[in-house]
Amino acid sequence: MAYPYIHPSETRVLSKHFGEPEARTLKGWEARGGYEAARKALSMERSAVVDEVKASGLRGRGGAGFPTGVKWSFMPKKTDKPHFLVCNADESEPGTFKDRELMRWTPHALIEGLLVGAYAIHAEHAYVYIRGEFFEAAQIMARAIEEAYEAGYAGKNVFGLGVDIDITLHLGAGAYICGEETGLLNSLEGRRGEPRMKPPFPAISGAFRFPTAVNNVESLIAAAHVVLNGAAWYKQWGTEKSTGTKLFCVSGHVKRPGNYEVPLGFNFKEFIYDVCGGTPSGRPIKAVIPGGSSVPILTGDELDIGMDYEAMAAAGTMLGCGSVIVMDDTTNIVKQVRRMVDFYAHESCGQCTPCREGTTWAAKILRRIENGRGQPDDLETLLQISENMSGKTICVLSDAAAAPITSSIEKFRGDYEALMAPVPALAAR
Amino acid sequence: MAETSNAPETVTCTIDGMEITVPKGTRIIDAAAMAGVDVPHYCYHPSLSAPAQCRMCLVEVEKVPKLVPSCSGTVADGNVIHTQSEKALQAREGVLEFYMVNHPLDCPVCDQAGECKLQDYISAEGPAMGRGKEPKRVLGRDDFGGDVLFYADRCVMCTRCVRFMREVAQDERLTVVQRGSRAVIDTFFEEGLEGNLWADNIVDLCPVGALVSKDFLHKARAWDLDRTPSVCPNCSQGCNVRLETRDNQVMRIKPRPNAEVNDHWMCDYGRLNYEWINRGARIEAPLVMDGGRHVSVSWSQALTRLADALRDSTAGVRAVVSPFAANEDLGTLRRVLETVGGGTGVFRCETGEEVPLPGFPTLKLRTDRAANVAGAEAFAFTRAGGTDGTGGIDDVAGHDGVIFVLGDELADAPADFGSRATLFVYVGQFLSPAARNAHFVLPSTTFAEMEGTFTNVQRRVQRFWPALQVPGMARPAWQVLGVLLAGISEDAQVPGTAAEAFAALGAVGAGFAGLGYDDLGAMGRVLPQLGALAEAGD
Repeated sequence: MAYPYIHPSETRVLSKHFGEPEARTLKGWEARGGYEAARKALSMERSAVVDEVKASGLRGRGGAGFPTGVKWSFMPKKTDKPHFLVCNADESEPGTFKDRELMRWTPHALIEGLLVGAYAIHAEHAYVYIRGEFFEAAQIMARAIEEAYEAGYAGKNVFGLGVDIDITLHLGAGAYICGEETGLLNSLEGRRGEPRMKPPFPAISGAFRFPTAVNNVESLIAAAHVVLNGAAWYKQWGTEKSTGTKLFCVSGHVKRPGNYEVPLGFNFKEFIYDVCGGTPSGRPIKAVIPGGSSVPILTGDELDIGMDYEAMAAAGTMLGCGSVIVMDDTTNIVKQVRRMVDFYAHESCGQCTPCREGTTWAAKILRRIENGRGQPDDLETLLQISENMSGKTICVLSDAAAAPITSSIEKFRGDYEALMAPVPALAAR
Repeated sequence: MAETSNAPETVTCTIDGMEITVPKGTRIIDAAAMAGVDVPHYCYHPSLSAPAQCRMCLVEVEKVPKLVPSCSGTVADGNVIHTQSEKALQAREGVLEFYMVNHPLDCPVCDQAGECKLQDYISAEGPAMGRGKEPKRVLGRDDFGGDVLFYADRCVMCTRCVRFMREVAQDERLTVVQRGSRAVIDTFFEEGLEGNLWADNIVDLCPVGALVSKDFLHKARAWDLDRTPSVCPNCSQGCNVRLETRDNQVMRIKPRPNAEVNDHWMCDYGRLNYEWINRGARIEAPLVMDGGRHVSVSWSQALTRLADALRDSTAGVRAVVSPFAANEDLGTLRRVLETVGGGTGVFRCETGEEVPLPGFPTLKLRTDRAANVAGAEAFAFTRAGGTDGTGGIDDVAGHDGVIFVLGDELADAPADFGSRATLFVYVGQFLSPAARNAHFVLPSTTFAEMEGTFTNVQRRVQRFWPALQVPGMARPAWQVLGVLLAGISEDAQVPGTAAEAFAALGAVGAGFAGLGYDDLGAMGRVLPQLGALAEAGD
């Protein structure tokens, strides 16, 4: 029996060695062809590495989907200043657990990705900012980094190729906002985890105010695969603009929750009903959050779309980081949205007024509606709060909080109105 | 004609329909101010970093999809900026409504009411009615130490106070604790702001009533105060200030920006040391010694008799002056002394430890704790006495010629001070035991009751204006001495105004000839350097 469940429709590139404990060791990893990608990258021209990743069309897997190679090409050409690579392993989006699995099962894959990325951007130091709650993953990563140092695969003169790349593991303290790249950088520097005003972007002024690239765990591992096998190989999967494979984390009302790797563009309906087995009770699906709690909700009827950045955008939502949360028709949407907005209110860093006050206010109103004390103008107020906190802040946390509010009111207004019925107290009983 | 390289690069933009050309890199909010447009804001302050977090100053820039925070966005050539567009107004209204979610609206008991940016912007642009139905968060208040009291519920989290302590005072005593709507400003340790000399500046910086002064707590309403530009008298830095008065009393002192002297700041020592200005029991009429006792007379009688006495005098002259006296007072006295054959004069000044403000190092609480030491020195008065501002006048006390005292209260002088003098003239405010020996007691005003100038440690001559009513018949010393001078000297004119008194200083004060009173403006001018006098404060 392999890794919890493997479906035949999966295309397992990154997750190939999930469930194999030996893959965690350096020996076991090398027996599986490990460190070839990093060795190859470090023997190439740095610009050639960037170009290859650019050509592959690999898009950042942290949620925004910005092309990884393009991000690297924004880094200044080597100057006297140090450059840094920071791996965002904070994975804090509710519903997401792909990076945790990548680090738990294939820590050396991430080290390879770090070597490739750091080499490509002239960085001599790579940080892995790992979420504080990921204690097991952090221990596994720490052990792997130690092994890599012992083998000469990290630190001075990596692989004897005359390149120095240090790797430091940094444990966060479990704040959602430290998954935002500039909030992460502040936290890494020992400051409050508050997102920074952009510009300047991290490529100009990042960690310790030096040029920095911040990449997601999955992006870096995928980049290593691209370098080893070439851009054309990677582009065999996916759509024209969303290339390659991606890990999707499925939770909620499905028979087989877990991580699944499929090519981008895979049919979403097939994914949920076939790969994940549909709802355990066989009840109809009421709503699906396709990319983590920050993205607009889809109804059960909107699922016949491709799992790629463009198709999701066309459906009015986002692929995000690929965290699929499935809800069947027993779900109280108001309660779900209230739970999510509570989360954002709790995690807002408190810098920007619209986010600090708006998220908490919205959460209070939602709780009141949930408790049957909603008033007729509450939905209008909620929509205006959402409008007033969208696109008006330093980072997009408040946009993320607004997305489930607006999309749920638009698509599930009935759920709200039912709670505001003339005798809501009776309805709740 | 190829010399264009040194010219600063400029960009031209349009703000609310007005075209304006500004240096490249100018913040939108500053460019707007130059165009006469005030963009509402909380977190931005010209002397602090701009975190762009209050989101009040969002403006619409054509062709930019999102609203731009005007405090961190800089002007680009050809920008068309709208601060009053529907989008910008709606965003501001939204932000203002958010501030109201937890604000206690306790304006009737809030010291900031009347000078509160939240009040101002809400009444100008805020929603007419609140939609909040939820209970408000209550945090209460906290003693931050020093003179500062913190009302957490009024706070708008602009973090100006945190940034001032970090960037300007460079003594991190404050921080934001917690996050989201639970975030609140707090001190690190028990002592809070205690012991930091600059902490009260955060009360000025606070745009709302969250940080208030304990000294001013519930003392006056902002709209009842009269505000007069002045110069802080409490040390030789000469911080530009406003004297804020009500019912002929100074209620508080607030700094007035002057980039050359004190930027936007001043120290707590200077700010809180104002009670002496309000001191009562003043001399209110000229007194003349007649048959062993003082008799109150008119100014013309007093000055006529004094002029007669001086004209006949051939005795040596000694003077004691106060370093709190204006340049005009000191200079006019020097002219009187020159007319009666010259004479030496001393001043006493309390001194203390010098404390610089790290983020604006030319601003210090100076060693000399009086405003016009440089002025006294410019008119050839010399320092005497100890560090507490007493002593050093024993030889004057027993002088058997003419004694002039200007402004110095002689509180520490022996009771027989001046009893051997042939003529003892006391120009001052308080009738101390020593002053009771004077043959002529002439009531003069304090700096707060008159127009005049001080010379600070940088030799910058700065104007102050009358903020309080003159008690009784007291007059500025320059006027008293100017009339006297006209009585004993044929060339001298009676100065009708402080400007005329100032214009006559060139003859006796090094460098004063090079300055015009009208050139001083509100920010002052540095005395032209003259040879050996070139050494000045930094």
